Amino acid sequence: MMMLKLAIRNTLGAGLRTWLNVVALSFAFVAIIALQGFYDGMNEQVQRATVDALYGGGQYWQQAYDPYDPLTYDDAHGEVPPALDSLIADRRAAALLFRSATIYPHGRFQPVLLKGIDPAQQTLSIPSGLLTDTSDGIPALIGARMARNIGAAKGDMITVQWRDVHGTYDARDFRVVEVFRTTVQEIDNGQLWMPLGRLRDLTGLPGQATMIVLNRTAAPVRDADGWTFRDLEYLLRDLRSLIRMKEVQGSILYMMLLFLAMLAIFDTQVLSIWRRRREMGTLMALGMTRGGIIGLFTMEGAFHSVLAAVVAAAYGIPLLAYLANTGMGLPSATDNFGFALGERLFPAYSPALVFGTIVLVFVVTTIVSFLPTRRIARLRPTDALRGKLT
Amino acid sequence: MQDSAVIATEKLDKIYPLGQTTLRALDGVTVSIRRGEFVGLVGPSGSGKTTLLNIMGALDAPSSGTAEVLGNRIESLTHTAAAMLRNTHIGFIFQTFNLLPVYTVYENVEFPLLLQGIDAAERRRLVADALEWVGLADRADSKPAQLSGGQSQRVAIARAVVKKPEIVLADEPSANLDAANSHHIMKTMVGINRELHTTFVFATHDEKVIGYLRRKITLVDGKVARDERLAPEPGGDQP
Repeated sequence: MMMLKLAIRNTLGAGLRTWLNVVALSFAFVAIIALQGFYDGMNEQVQRATVDALYGGGQYWQQAYDPYDPLTYDDAHGEVPPALDSLIADRRAAALLFRSATIYPHGRFQPVLLKGIDPAQQTLSIPSGLLTDTSDGIPALIGARMARNIGAAKGDMITVQWRDVHGTYDARDFRVVEVFRTTVQEIDNGQLWMPLGRLRDLTGLPGQATMIVLNRTAAPVRDADGWTFRDLEYLLRDLRSLIRMKEVQGSILYMMLLFLAMLAIFDTQVLSIWRRRREMGTLMALGMTRGGIIGLFTMEGAFHSVLAAVVAAAYGIPLLAYLANTGMGLPSATDNFGFALGERLFPAYSPALVFGTIVLVFVVTTIVSFLPTRRIARLRPTDALRGKLT
Repeated sequence: MQDSAVIATEKLDKIYPLGQTTLRALDGVTVSIRRGEFVGLVGPSGSGKTTLLNIMGALDAPSSGTAEVLGNRIESLTHTAAAMLRNTHIGFIFQTFNLLPVYTVYENVEFPLLLQGIDAAERRRLVADALEWVGLADRADSKPAQLSGGQSQRVAIARAVVKKPEIVLADEPSANLDAANSHHIMKTMVGINRELHTTFVFATHDEKVIGYLRRKITLVDGKVARDERLAPEPGGDQP
C-alpha cells in the first residue's frame, strides 16, 4: 500500500512528463476500443442483416443445391415436404425457387438468377409484398446494385429468357415494380425476384422449391427427406471467417498504436532510471531495498495506464457514445468488403471489450515498465549516489 | 570491538579496481566510535573519508578487515539486511542534500517513516517534531526547488533524524552552504546530538564543521593519521 502511495505520488509529481505519456496512452485506449468496437459492430450488423434478409432461422436445401456451383441451380428443385409445407402455410417459413435465366438490358445479354418468393412471406426482409400482378408484364424486384449494373430503374421493362423443366426456352417481359436497397449482396447482384407462383407456373415446377427458409422462431422438422437442413452456425461460418480476417487486419493497426504508446512508456522508464539514479541512491540510503525500488518504478510505469484509463474515460466515453449513436458513414466502395455493410456502421462496445482492453494495456504497460527497471538490480548504492549507472 | 561502541572497524581495507591497477582507498583503518559522539573524519580529498563513511552506513562493503555497526558485521550483510539497518538505525546527510524533488518538505521528512510502516498519526507527530528541531515547520508544504541551500540541508537533517536513529552519517554537509548556513546547520545537529544522544559522524574538510567536533579522526591516504579529542563528551565518557 505504501509503495502504491509512493508510486502515485511520484507519478503525479512528475508533472508534464507523466501527462504526456498518459495522453498518448489514452489515445491507444480509445483507439483500440473504437476500432475493435467497429469490428464488433460490423460483425453484429453484418450477421443481423444477413440473417434477416437471407438465412432466417436456418435453411433447408434441396439435396442437389450447391450454392458454390451455379450449374446445379436448375436441377436443384423438389416437392416441398408436408412438414415444411405446414410451416410455410403458417408463415413460419418461406419457400424459394431458383432458376437460371438471361436478361437483355439495352441490347446486351446478362445471366441472372430468377428467384421465386411468396409475396405474402414474412420470413425474409425482402419487400416481396410489392410483387403484385401488373397489367403489363410479370412483376419483378431488383436490388439497387443490380439496377445500377444493368441501368434499370423502377417501372422499366426487362426481357427475361429461361428454360422450363423440359428444357424449352421461354421469354417474357418483366416490369420492375421496385428497386430495393439492401446491404446484403447475396439477394441483390445478378438476381431478379418474382412471385413464386408465377415462376412455378412458367417453369413447370408446381409445388417445388430450391430452398425453404425458416423463421427464427421455427424449429427444424424431422421429416424432410431429400432436403438438408443448414443451421446458422453453418450458414454464417464463411461470413465469420471473413470478418475474423478483417479483424486481424484491424488489429495490426491497434497493435501499432499500442506499440507506440508502449515505446513512450519504455522511453520514460529508461529516462527515469537515467535521470533519477541519484534519487535511487538516496532511496537506498534511506533504507529501501533494490526490490522495493524496482517495484516502485514498475508501479509508477503501470500507474500511467491507470491514469490513461481515467483520461480516456473522460473524453472517450462521450466520443464513443457519439459514434455509437451516429455511426460512421461508409463509402460505396465498402461493397467490395465482400459482406453486407450498411451505409453507416455502428460500433458495438461490450464490457468484455472495454475491460479486456484496460487489462491488456495495464499488463503490457507493467511489463514494459518492468523491463528497464531490472537495471536497478545491478545498481550499487554508492555509485547511484554519485549519479553513476553500473 | 569495544563495549558500547556503535561503530568499530578493524584493519579495514577498501580497494577499488582501476583499469589494470587498483586504488587503495582505505588501508588498515581501525577506529571505534561510541554512542553519542560528535566525531569527524577529516582529511584532504581522496583520503578515504567518504569511503569509510559509506562502509559505516552499510552502503558499501570493505575489501578486507571488519566493520561492525550496531552489532552488525557490514561485510557479511545481505543487500536486504543492509537496507533494513539503514532504514531503522542510520540517518544520512549528503553534501548535495538529495531531497526527493517531487515531494514536499513534509513528505521528504516523512519518507523514512513510511518505509518503516509507522502509522499516520505517529508519522505526523514525528515529522512535526523533526521540522521543529530544524526550524522549518512553516515550510512543510514547500517543494525542494523553493528552498535555499541552507533550508534544503535542514530538511535533509530533519529527514535523517526523524526516525531517531542511533547514528547519523553526514558527508560534507556544509560543502554547498555559506558560512551562516553552515553554522546554523551545525548548531542544529549539535542540539539534536545533545537532545537525542544521536551519534554523529561527519566526513569533512571544512574548518567551520571541524570547529563543532568533539573528536577528530584525520585520514591521510586511507590511513588514520591522528585521532584527537577536541572536547570532552557531555557525560565525561572518553573513547
